[in-house]
Amino acid sequence: MTFDLYGFGPALAAGTLMTIKLALAALALGLVLGLLGALAKTSPHKLLQWLGGTYSTIVRGIPELLWVLLIYFGTVNLMRSFGEIFGLDDLALSAFAAGTIALGLCFGAYATEVFRGAILSIPRGQREAGQALGLSKIRIFWRVILPQMWRIALPGLGNLFMILMKDTALVSVIGLEEIMRRSQIAVSVSKQPFNFFMIAALIYLSLTVLAMTAMYFLEKRAGRGIRRSA
Amino acid sequence: MNWDIIIKYLPRLFDGAVLSLELVAIAVLAGLILAIPIGIARASRHWYIRALPYGYMFFFRGTPLLVQLFLVYYGLAQFDAVRQGPLWPILRDPFWCATITMTLHTAAYIAEILRGAIQAIPAGELEAARALGMSKTQTLFFITLPRATRIGLPAYSNEVILMLKASALASTITLLELTGMSRTIIARTYLPVEIFFAAGMFYLLIAYLMVRGFKLLERWLRVDACQGR
Repeated sequence: MTFDLYGFGPALAAGTLMTIKLALAALALGLVLGLLGALAKTSPHKLLQWLGGTYSTIVRGIPELLWVLLIYFGTVNLMRSFGEIFGLDDLALSAFAAGTIALGLCFGAYATEVFRGAILSIPRGQREAGQALGLSKIRIFWRVILPQMWRIALPGLGNLFMILMKDTALVSVIGLEEIMRRSQIAVSVSKQPFNFFMIAALIYLSLTVLAMTAMYFLEKRAGRGIRRSA
Repeated sequence: MNWDIIIKYLPRLFDGAVLSLELVAIAVLAGLILAIPIGIARASRHWYIRALPYGYMFFFRGTPLLVQLFLVYYGLAQFDAVRQGPLWPILRDPFWCATITMTLHTAAYIAEILRGAIQAIPAGELEAARALGMSKTQTLFFITLPRATRIGLPAYSNEVILMLKASALASTITLLELTGMSRTIIARTYLPVEIFFAAGMFYLLIAYLMVRGFKLLERWLRVDACQGR
């Protein structure tokens, strides 16, 4: 069987680039949301605890696809009324922005739990030592807790990123020209659905392998100076 | 928020939720049955027995479910042999395509859970079974599988919830399950926020009931009693 790309090679490559961009953008947003969520859940304030808990429970209980659709189609009126304030007509979220927000939201909800576990695993003495040295709360978190929890959270975050990368395929439903969307266009021309969706699958597989390799080196780097027990 | 519209379309959303539940139920049960031999083979000591399940799991866990759905629903139709074959009435139907794909997809994940569970059984328990004179088959059915079931059950319940959320993808191959039904209703009413909100509440409710159900199952199987080594 010869593999004829019908000249869609560059289009698929552009789609792959778009997928990577979307995954990284959602990762950045998700890490921030996850960190905030974990801080809220571990804070002594009841209201913040409730807020963090509600965020992670509700977002994790609803399908990613529904979030993508809700944020893309559900914000049309909201964005329009925003636009009217600033005198901009037809202000709307692009598919890329909606996808980033939706996937970042879902990533953040799961990352909240990962970060929370990591924060709780830092011995109390570390925080107390920081307080004894007269560091401010923010300082303690930034200089003492964060560098240490990073190593513990990394494997969990790696798994979440793998899931996130596969979830980027969902954004094709709202028309973002990433791998799946480009493959669908190629299929509509070539009438060879199996070949092109198989190519898409192989691209996702190689992206997964790439992410796994990156995670291996990141974990190795984060674990430097730590003696491994068996 | 337009509550009247939500209440008006509640029965239709309920129909969608029932279809979602059917998809999930078939997928996680058939997936479990399929995953048992795969998981056992994956935990084997021989590389030639491990290799095939490893490849299967690598493909299904490394690619998005959406791609797998499209490969089965749109992709297989590319081949004349499939279209003229005896299985065409099944492979032409979006419901069966969705259940087949979801089953194959979840089986790969359940097999991984099972492998982890099998390998987490303390070696002493298997040695004790051998010392009592149990054959390999007896050990598998009376010790390994019952123990692995209890170790893997919490992870399996997570997988069932993930499949509930994954079932939303069936809407992309024209099935009118909860998400598909919502999109159809929205196409008529132009009220995305209200309808998606209602659908989200349905998903939350189903997930909540599933969590409670698995808690009961865990208590019935006395999972916590087995954890104290």
